[in-house]
Amino acid sequence: MTTIHSMAKRRTGVLLAATGMSALVLAGCSDSAESEDTAFGFPAAEQDAESPITVWVDASREGIAQAFADDNPDLTVNVETYDGNAGGSDTFRTKIASFDQSGEGWPDVVFSSQTNDTSWAGTELNGNQAYAAVLNEGLMDQEYLDGFTEGALDPMTVDGKVYGVRNDLAPVVTYYDQTLMDEFGYEVPTTWEEYLELGERLAEEHPGYILGSVGDSFVGTFVYYFGAQAPIFQVEGNTFTSDFSDDYSVRMTELIDTLVDNGTLVDESVFSAEFLEQYAGKIVAMPGPAWYTGALFENPDSLAYEAGTLGVANPLYWEGDDEVTGNVGGGVWYGSSHSTNLDAVASFLEYVTASDAALEYAGGLPAYQSVADSWLETQSESGFYGGDFAGAMTKAAGSIWSGWGYPSFSAETAYANIVVPALAAGEPVSSVTDAWQEEYLNQAQVQGYDAP
Amino acid sequence: MGRVFISLYTALLVVFGLAPALYALVLAFTDEAGFAGFDNFIGIFNDYRFWPAVTNVASFLALWLVVQTVFVVLLALIVHQISVRWIGAVARFVYYIPGAFAGAASVMVWLFLLDPAVSPVSGLLTSMGFDSFVQTVEQGNLPWIFMIIAFWTGAGQWIVIMYGALNGINPEVIEAARVDGAGIFHTAVKVQIPLLKKWIAYMAVMCLAAGAQLFVEPRVLSQASKGVVPEDYSLNQLVYLYAFRQGDYHGSAALSIMLLVVSLLLASVFVFKGGLFDRD
Repeated sequence: MTTIHSMAKRRTGVLLAATGMSALVLAGCSDSAESEDTAFGFPAAEQDAESPITVWVDASREGIAQAFADDNPDLTVNVETYDGNAGGSDTFRTKIASFDQSGEGWPDVVFSSQTNDTSWAGTELNGNQAYAAVLNEGLMDQEYLDGFTEGALDPMTVDGKVYGVRNDLAPVVTYYDQTLMDEFGYEVPTTWEEYLELGERLAEEHPGYILGSVGDSFVGTFVYYFGAQAPIFQVEGNTFTSDFSDDYSVRMTELIDTLVDNGTLVDESVFSAEFLEQYAGKIVAMPGPAWYTGALFENPDSLAYEAGTLGVANPLYWEGDDEVTGNVGGGVWYGSSHSTNLDAVASFLEYVTASDAALEYAGGLPAYQSVADSWLETQSESGFYGGDFAGAMTKAAGSIWSGWGYPSFSAETAYANIVVPALAAGEPVSSVTDAWQEEYLNQAQVQGYDAP
Repeated sequence: MGRVFISLYTALLVVFGLAPALYALVLAFTDEAGFAGFDNFIGIFNDYRFWPAVTNVASFLALWLVVQTVFVVLLALIVHQISVRWIGAVARFVYYIPGAFAGAASVMVWLFLLDPAVSPVSGLLTSMGFDSFVQTVEQGNLPWIFMIIAFWTGAGQWIVIMYGALNGINPEVIEAARVDGAGIFHTAVKVQIPLLKKWIAYMAVMCLAAGAQLFVEPRVLSQASKGVVPEDYSLNQLVYLYAFRQGDYHGSAALSIMLLVVSLLLASVFVFKGGLFDRD
C-alpha cells in the first residue's frame, strides 16, 4: 500500500520557495495568490495540507477513488463522476475552459478516457496557465515515473515535461471463443487476410455468428483503421493529414464493407442492450482493446463469459507486413496546477496507478510496469483466458503503430456522426469515406492545424 | 410609484441582459490585438459548420412555430369550449405537466422514448422503420424530434395563457355572434382568433427567441448518442464550441451577436405585424 508522502516536509519547501521567489511572483503572475515555484516547475497556488481535493472520475474509476478516500480519513476527498470525456465528448476541456474563464473551481485531479488531452491541458490557453500540473519537475518522484511501461507516458510528454500519468494501456489484441472455434473447426486468425477469410466462411457456414462490431466510434477508428496502419489520422508538427485513398485505408474499408455486408461484423455498440441480447455467446473472434477483459468479458453486467471459454491471441497484422497494432485510449490521470493541496494530488496519482489498490481495481492492462506484471500473472493464473494471455498482451503493448496522431480533436466524432448513421442506414463505409476525410480536415483547420 | 415597481426588473435586466450583450458586442469587434472590424464575423461565415447549423435551426424553427401556433390555438379553443368545469381544469393541468420539467430533465425522458430498445412506444418507432436509437436520431429526423420535444414541453403553458386570453374576451361579443347565427367554428375563426392576434404574436416572438437558441436538446442527444447527433448541430452549440473548445471568445461573441440581430429582426416583424404594441 502506498503511504502518504511526507507532507510536512514538502509543505515547508513550498513555503520557503514561496517567500524566496516573491519578487518573481509579481513579475510573472496576474494572480497574486499564485506563486512561481521552482519546486514544481509551474506557478503553484498557496498550499494547505488540510485543503480538500476534488476528484473527477468516470463511473469505472469511482471505486478506486473512493478507496483512496477511505484509506486517507484525514483528507477530505470529493469524488465526482462525469462522462470521463468518453467518445471525444470533450467535457473535460470545456469544463476546464469555463473554470479558466471564472478563475476558480478547477478539480484537483481528473481522469480522462482519452489520450490526447495533453495537447491542450499542457499548454497555456488564452493566457491561463496550463491546467495540467507538470509532474516530473518536483511534484512526483522520478523513480515513480520511471516505473511506467516504456512509452506509456509518451502521449502526455511535451518537451520533456510529463503532464499526466497513464492509467492503463489499451493495445488491441485478438479475442476468440475457444469453444466455438473447436466446434466449428476454425483456426484463430493471425492476419487481417485470415480474418477476412474466416468472416466469409463463417457467414456461409454459421450465419448469425459474428467477428465483432463496428458500431462504436472507438472500434471503427482505433481497432480497425489504426490497427491496419491506415494513415487517416496523422499529425506531423503542425500539419494534419488524412488519406483514405492510401492502400492500407482502402484495404481496411473493403474488409469492413465485406464483413458488414455478410453479417459477420455488426453495427450495434458493444455496450448496447441489443448487442448483449443478440450476440452474447455468438462471438467467434473479435479484435479489441485490452480493457475488453474487464469491461465486457468478465463484467457480470455485460457479456459475462465463463472462465476458460475465451482465448487471447496476438493482434492481427497484414500478411508479411510490420507487426503493429492499434490502441484504444487507455485512461490518463491529470493533476491540477491550480490545486492548493498538491501533496494530496501526488499521493492520489501514485495510489491510483502504482499501489496494491491499483492492481485490485484494474479493469485492463495497467500502465505501471510492476502492477502490470502482477496483473498479467494473476490473469494467467486465474485461467480465465486460454492462449498465451500474458504473451499476447505484452507483445501488443509494445507494438502500437506509431503513425497514428494525437491532435487536439478526437478521431471518434467524425466516425460517430458520419459512419455510424451510414452503417445504420445500410450503406457501406466506402460511400462515406470522402465525407469522413473532409470532416477530419475541416476539424483540423478549425483547431488551427495546417490541413492541406 | 411605477418606477419603484420596475426598478428591480430594470436592475436585473441591466446586469444580466444588457451588460453581457454590450460585453459581447465589444468582444465581437475586437481580438487580442485590439479593434478587429468584421474579422470575427468573416471567420464565422467561413467556418464549415456555420451554414449547416443555420439550416438546422431554421428548419426546426419553421416546423415548430407553425405546429406550435396551430395546435396551441386549437387546443385552447377546445378546452375553452368544454363546459364541464372539472374536465376543463384537468385538461389544462395535464397540458401543463410536461412544462414543469426543467429543460435537460425533459430531454432525458425523450432519450428513453426515442430508443426502440427501451421505449414504451417502440412499436410505433419500429413501424416507422426505426429499429435502433441511431436510426431514430438520424440527422434528417432531428428537426421533427426537436419540434416534438419543444411542443411537448412548451405548449402547455401557452395553452393556459391562451385560455386566459379567451376568458378575457367579452362574453357579450360571443353572445352577439351566436345571435347572428355563428356556430362554434365561425365564432372561433371570425371572433376569437382575431381577438387573440396579439397573444399569438406574443407567443411567436417568445418561441422564436427560445427556438433560435436551441441548445440543451441537441447537446444532451449528442452526448447520449455518443456523437451520432453532431455536437455542432445548432448555432448556440457552435457558440459554445467556439468559446469553450477553441477558446475563441471573440468568435463566440460575434456569432452570438449575429443570433441576436437575426432574432431581433424576426421578432420585430411579429411585433409590428401582430400589433403587439397597439393600444385597444
